[in-house]
Amino acid sequence: MSDKTSGYLDMELLRFTTAGSVDDGKSTLIGRLLYDSKAIFEDQMEAIEISSKKRGDTEVDLALLTDGLRAEREQGITIDVAYRYFATPKRKFIIADTPGHVQYTRNMVTGASTANCALILVDARHGVIEQTLRHSYIANLLQIPHLIVCINKMDLMSYSEETYEGIKNEYQKVADKLNIKDVRFIPISAKFGDNVVDASENMDWYKGETLLNLLETIEIVDDRNHKDARFPVQYVIRPQSDEYHDYRGFAGRVASGVFKPGDKVKVLPSGKETTIKAIDTLNGELDMAFSPQSVTLRLSDEIDTSRGDMIVAADDVPHIEKEFDAMVCWMNERPMIPGGKYTIKHTTNETRCVVRNVNFKVDINSLEERTNDKVIGLNDIACLTFKTAKPLFFDSYNKNRNTGSFILIDEGTNETVAAGMIR
Amino acid sequence: MNEYNINHLRELEAESIYVIREVAAQFENPVMLFSGGKDSIIMFHLARKAFAPAKVPFALMHVDTGHNFPETIEFRDKLMKETGARIIVRYVQDSIDQGKAVEETGFDASRNKLQTVTLLDGLEELQVDCAMGGGRRDEEKARAKERFFSHRDEFGQWDPKNQRPELWNLFNGKKNMGEHFRVFPISNWTEMDVWQYIYLENIDIPKIYFSHEREVFLRHGNLLSVSDFIPMRDTEKVEKRIVRFRTIGDATCTGAVESKAHTLEDIIDEVAATRTTERGTRHDDKRSETAMEDRKKEGYF
Repeated sequence: MSDKTSGYLDMELLRFTTAGSVDDGKSTLIGRLLYDSKAIFEDQMEAIEISSKKRGDTEVDLALLTDGLRAEREQGITIDVAYRYFATPKRKFIIADTPGHVQYTRNMVTGASTANCALILVDARHGVIEQTLRHSYIANLLQIPHLIVCINKMDLMSYSEETYEGIKNEYQKVADKLNIKDVRFIPISAKFGDNVVDASENMDWYKGETLLNLLETIEIVDDRNHKDARFPVQYVIRPQSDEYHDYRGFAGRVASGVFKPGDKVKVLPSGKETTIKAIDTLNGELDMAFSPQSVTLRLSDEIDTSRGDMIVAADDVPHIEKEFDAMVCWMNERPMIPGGKYTIKHTTNETRCVVRNVNFKVDINSLEERTNDKVIGLNDIACLTFKTAKPLFFDSYNKNRNTGSFILIDEGTNETVAAGMIR
Repeated sequence: MNEYNINHLRELEAESIYVIREVAAQFENPVMLFSGGKDSIIMFHLARKAFAPAKVPFALMHVDTGHNFPETIEFRDKLMKETGARIIVRYVQDSIDQGKAVEETGFDASRNKLQTVTLLDGLEELQVDCAMGGGRRDEEKARAKERFFSHRDEFGQWDPKNQRPELWNLFNGKKNMGEHFRVFPISNWTEMDVWQYIYLENIDIPKIYFSHEREVFLRHGNLLSVSDFIPMRDTEKVEKRIVRFRTIGDATCTGAVESKAHTLEDIIDEVAATRTTERGTRHDDKRSETAMEDRKKEGYF
C-alpha cells in the first residue's frame, strides 16, 4: 500500500451539518467541497449532467447529487436529510445535508443531533437575516460544539473586506446573545471556489484558513464528555455454553466518561455498588473504555441488571427523577395533545410519560419566549414539563448530549413525534 | 492526539455494533441478510463482535438467485462452518416454480428484481420482524436518504416521503403486527472504509475480489463473466482478461473491472485512485434514474 493510502487508516471522523436558505448556495457549496476534494465520481457527474440536460438547465445542477428521490427530482426540491461522504488524508467527513424550506426545523434538528460542527451560510449581499438567527438558535439548542459562518457570494460584493467585517460584527452580536462559544468566519465564493478548498486569490486580505482546512483541523476529541462515567446497559450477554458457563456481560456503548477495571461503580436503579471486573471485546480485554466505544462490561458482584439500567461512577451519579423540564422540537403533523401520554425513549431506557405543562413556546423568528401560546405543532420548539412512569437517569443536555436527549413516540401510530433535550 | 482519540474505522465499528445490538434487543425474530459479498461479510463480522463470547443470537438469510459465482457459495458454506452460524437459504427458482415470480426474458434478463418476491415470501413465512441488510448510504442516491431503522408496511414497501425522523442514537423500532423493519448497520461506511476495515481486521473474503484471469465479454460498457446463465449475442465476443470484482451480486448483472490488484493493499490503492462508483459496475442500477428507489419501494434491500 502506498504511504498516502496507509494514511487513510488513521483518520478522525467529523460529522457536520449545513444550514442556509435556498438561495444561499448551500448545494453549490457542498458540490464544491465534494468536487474539489475529488469525492464526486465520473459516473455520478455524468448522471447529473444527463439529468440537468433533460430538465433543460444550462449549467450542471450540483443539487441533483443530493436530491435522490423521484419526487425531489420531479419537483426540484429537497424533501429529506441526505447523508454525503468524503475523505481527505486527514479526516473522514459525514455531511448531513438538510433541506432549506419545508419542515426546515425538523430536518435541521435531525441533522444537528449528531453533528460536531455546523456550517451557517450567509449571503454576503443580505447579511444576517431572520433565517440566520433561526439556524444559529437551532445549532446552539442542539449544542453543536463548533459553528463556522460562511459568508458566501463574496464575488458579488467585489470581494470587499468591509462587507465581510460588517457581517462578522453583526453575527458576533447574535453569537453573544445566544451564548455560542466557538464561532469562526470565512469569506467564500462557493460558485468560484474561493477559500473553500483552495485559498482565494481575490481576497488576499483574509489571512485565515480555507473551509476545508478548518474542517480538517478543528479539535473535536474534547467535545465528548470524558468526565462523567455513564454506561446504559443495552443487552445482557449470556453465552450458555460450557466454556462460558457463568458468564454475564453487560453490552452497551459508553455514553460518557471513562471506565477502567477496578473502578467503583453503581448500578441504577438499584443503587447497588460493585467494581468493574473486566472490559471485554471479541479481540480480548481492554484496560479502559470511553465514549463512543461499544464494549461489554463484567461486574465483580452478581447484581440484577438488565436493558435500560445504567452503570455509573459510584461517586458521580446522574439525576434520578420522574419529573423534569425539557426543550422539545415537535416533528409530527399531528399536534401535541395537552396532557397526552407518550412513550419516551431515553438512552436504552423506555417508559410512558405525560406532558404536565407547556412552560413557554419559542418564537423561532424573534427568539422570544411566549408563555401564553400552549398549542404545540409541527416544527415548534417549546419548553415542556414531563412526568414519567418510572425514574429516568439523566444529565442536563448541555452537560451530556447522550444522557440528556430523548424522543417521544406516539402510542397509536408508533411514529417518532418529538425530540427532547433535558434542561 | 490525546488518549481518548479513536480513528474513523473504530468509531464506525462502535456505531454498527450498537445498531446490531439494538436490533437484538428491540425485535423478537430478526435475521441478517447475507449474500456472500464484502458488505454482508463485514456486517456479520461486526455481529460476532457485538455478542462475543456468545454466538450471534439470530440467523442469517440468503436469497439465492441461482445465478451465483461458485466461489461465493463455497465461501459462504465455509464461513458458516467455521463460525457455527445458522443460515436460512431461500431460492428464487422456487418462487418461479410456484408461479409467484416470472423469469425475465431477453439478453439482459436478470433475476435481480425477482429476489424481492422470494425475500418478502421468506420473511413472511419465517415471521421475521426485522431484516438487517448491508446497504450503505454512499452507494446510491436513494440509499443516501435511508434511515438506520427503516419501517416497512405490511406489503414490505418503503415510503421514502414519510420516514420517521432519526435523532442521536435513539432508534424507534415500534410497529404494528404484520409490518417489519429493515435495518442497515453499516449505513455510514463508504466503499473505502469497508476495504480499510477488511485490511485492519484481516477478514477473509471470496477470492474473486482479487485479480484473476477470466473469460468475459463486453456489454453496455461492463465486462460480464461468461456463464451458462447469460445468453450472448452473436456480435459479442469472448476474451480472456485480468479482472476482479468490486461488488458481488447476481452474476447476470455484476460486471468485472480490469485490475491487477492481488492484495488488500493493492485494492485500497486502487479504490483511492478510482473515478467511478462501485455501483457503476451494476447493470441493475442503470435501468432508470431512480431504479434503486423504485426497487426499494417494492421491498428490495
